[in-house]
Amino acid sequence: MRSAIRPVVVRLLGAVGVVWGAVTLAFGVLQLIPGDPVNAIVGTNALVGPEQRALLRERYDLDQPLFTQYLDHLGRLATGRLGDSYQLQQPVWSVITDQLWPTVELALWASLLAVVLSVAVTVLTSGRSRWPRRVSSLLELLVVSTPAFWLGILLLTVFSFHLGWLPVSDTGDPRSLVLPVVTLGLPIAAILTQVMREGLLTALDAPFVLTARARGLAEHSVRSRHALRHSALPALTLAGWFVGTLLGGAVIVENVFARPGLGRVALQAVADRDFPVVQGVVALSAVVFVVVSAVVDVLYAVVDPRLRRRTGMVAA
Amino acid sequence: MTATADSGHSPELPPMPMPTGPPAPRTAPDGPAADGRADPPPASAVLEVAGLDVRFGSGPGQVHAVRDVSLTLAAGRCVALVGESGSGKSTLGRALLGLAGPTATVTARRLRIHGSDALAFGPRQWRAVRGRRVGLVSQDALVALDPLRPIGREIAEAMVAHGLVARRDTGPAVQALLERVGIPDPAQRARSYPHQLSGGLRQRALIASALAAQPDVLITDEPTTALDASVQARILALLGQLKADGTGLLLISHDLAVVEALADEVAVMHEGSVVEAGPVADVLAHPRHPYTIALLEAVPGRRRRIPEPTGATATGEQTATGEQAAAGEQAATGEQAGAGGAALLVVTDAVKHFHGARGVRRTAVDDVSFTLRAGETLGLVGESGSGKSTLAGLVLGLIAPDGGQVRLAGQPWSARPERERRAERHTLQLVPQDPLSAFDPRWTVARILGEALAAIDVARRDRRAHALTLLEQVGLSVTHLDRRPLALSGGQRQRVAIARALATRPRLLVCDEPVSALDVSTQAQILALLRELAGSLGLAVLFISHDLAVVRELCARVLVMKDGRIVETGPVERVFTDPHHPYTRELLSAVPGEIGRVARAGTVPSRPTEEN
Repeated sequence: MRSAIRPVVVRLLGAVGVVWGAVTLAFGVLQLIPGDPVNAIVGTNALVGPEQRALLRERYDLDQPLFTQYLDHLGRLATGRLGDSYQLQQPVWSVITDQLWPTVELALWASLLAVVLSVAVTVLTSGRSRWPRRVSSLLELLVVSTPAFWLGILLLTVFSFHLGWLPVSDTGDPRSLVLPVVTLGLPIAAILTQVMREGLLTALDAPFVLTARARGLAEHSVRSRHALRHSALPALTLAGWFVGTLLGGAVIVENVFARPGLGRVALQAVADRDFPVVQGVVALSAVVFVVVSAVVDVLYAVVDPRLRRRTGMVAA
Repeated sequence: MTATADSGHSPELPPMPMPTGPPAPRTAPDGPAADGRADPPPASAVLEVAGLDVRFGSGPGQVHAVRDVSLTLAAGRCVALVGESGSGKSTLGRALLGLAGPTATVTARRLRIHGSDALAFGPRQWRAVRGRRVGLVSQDALVALDPLRPIGREIAEAMVAHGLVARRDTGPAVQALLERVGIPDPAQRARSYPHQLSGGLRQRALIASALAAQPDVLITDEPTTALDASVQARILALLGQLKADGTGLLLISHDLAVVEALADEVAVMHEGSVVEAGPVADVLAHPRHPYTIALLEAVPGRRRRIPEPTGATATGEQTATGEQAAAGEQAATGEQAGAGGAALLVVTDAVKHFHGARGVRRTAVDDVSFTLRAGETLGLVGESGSGKSTLAGLVLGLIAPDGGQVRLAGQPWSARPERERRAERHTLQLVPQDPLSAFDPRWTVARILGEALAAIDVARRDRRAHALTLLEQVGLSVTHLDRRPLALSGGQRQRVAIARALATRPRLLVCDEPVSALDVSTQAQILALLRELAGSLGLAVLFISHDLAVVRELCARVLVMKDGRIVETGPVERVFTDPHHPYTRELLSAVPGEIGRVARAGTVPSRPTEEN
């Protein structure tokens, strides 16, 4: 029993460490940005005397030594309080929760598109003939090497301005989600396809595929029952990168398509030195990363039975 | 599947040039297919092939892998295909299933499976044959079974693919099959993954999956090569049972001992051609082709080895059995200190535990003591899992013992901190089992040897010259200096591994199964090299192997290890001819071929131990 609990405890301690590291790093980096946070609180156009500035400083504890501010900040985070936004004058928690859903919606659709597209393209282009693979590789390279904002603008120009098929910005219409999802999901699909195809071709060369064929299995069963699962293993390793790209991509896509969402809030907060909001977003993404890597570990064990013992799970 | 047009198909076959044939007195068509050349095949012939050629690629780079091979497989008969790796055996086996690969061109005068002309098969017809008429069992079940699926599903797959059993009803059929191939507790084992099974059980599971659709013929490609002697014996017994039950076997092997045990007829393959074929007793007793003779010569234990008397073998009558063995050994070495040179390596009461999952403590090395003198070659024999490699790790100072100690050249070895030990590391070196995985594949041979030379402070500009000297010492030349490991053959790689071990001018070589991955003929060359080097350089060798015949070839003295303990020790001839411990007897009787037969028959020849 104890041996089953131990990995979980280690895992949790690691998770706390990751979140702490991200928060500390964000705190340090924000101190390096020039400019007075009081400006962010009062706004640039307001005429505020030095006394009032001092008062504000005191209220937001900005007059304390840096280390004390840091400890206070950690203490608040540990108890789940993210503080108030300087700029918006409302709790960071409500700022984040208000903007969370549009980003989550975008990210989920983009992930779905990326996974479905990459699996389909992988299976279709790993056959005996070479030319589908070559065409697909070329397209993948093109998509991967195109910057996300440029891809977004390109899609907007073609499908919204010229053809008029899809709305330019968020209108509440589900169709307005199409272009952002494609912009975010396409580069991820391109990389996933490359990794999965490589994995699938390697798996198709493996001895167990020969055994499966020698059993009289049809080619499509060999691929779907045996090889595809093996090709998913290297793709799973990319999950961390996947989440990072989704979060980073959301910032760009939400700005290009003028959509509400966390990415836009985060960018705005950095520009305005709205520390509490930035810190809140950083803490949230750290938690997301930790959760995703835990989920991936479980998925590894689901896909690959050889790993079950090592992760503390018992092979069924 | 009951095509009657036996002769009607023949004219449609692609015209093939008549074979000129090698100048061997017995060529292939007269061999296994002797009874089926012109006449219609006998009723029991399941697979019949004549004039099969397999070519890879096209143009000048074309490789002609199989040349004009003919054979007939019948129910209840076993035809063996023997030859070195690269001789085209496996390619032939796959071509018979239509699985030679997309780059291969397969042509034949005649290829009939169950009376149907397989040369005219489309993909669908091939699929109907694979698994259902002809099954395939490959060499290493760990990689030949999908590691991500339970074995039960792998076995069920073949039944479902051929529509024999509905997918949801496969459970009892799978269990019956697992029971048939001798897997205990089939209901539970069906849910196991390949990595959870031992090598022998895995191989049985693979055989079960090949049998699932009840084929009449099994193509078994090196079915026992990666297995221990005793496991090998059990798998061979299983294959023998299948043969008795009426399954035809094509046994592909490089091991003549295995062939002898199982086959009715044998075809010897060399560079893609069958150079000799005939009934197994005939060919093995009176080989005619020079290649067959060379192959037979290379089999360890078959050559007449004259034991060289050394100080170590002069321990004479050792009555040590079991537990007393270690103690007796020590006493003997004490007396012998002057006779056979100074004790180079002394292992005293070494113990090593490992902690397994969920707090299980496993003792890998249990109270082991032995002494190895300078210039002596000591064999260490046991099944996999008996603790041989852990013991090697203790000797090499790579694993710290939990009890006891290892002394090297009169100095403490295991007790010293690594920092001090590093300066002495050059005195003992490892020759690994699989040099390919022990080398960086991107490095040239010159760089691999240069790294070892750097460890004993050879100046950078002198390293190439030194490396060349080392290569010449192991029978290679300047042409190999700039090759990478993948461009070398298995034997050449093992030679480079030995050269690397010699680079630091060691006094002790630890060889961990150095020849178990090699073909018999290459194996013989490497063993000869090791013997010569040990003699000329005065090296002490700790030779670890599961192959008793190999140990008998090379070593003067042998330790038999079981479950972490040394159960028997003594001069190699005495242990082989007069084993004291039951486990040694069991190991010996599991060896197929000559040595094993002696042990199985229980008639231990009175080879006088006094001759030493």
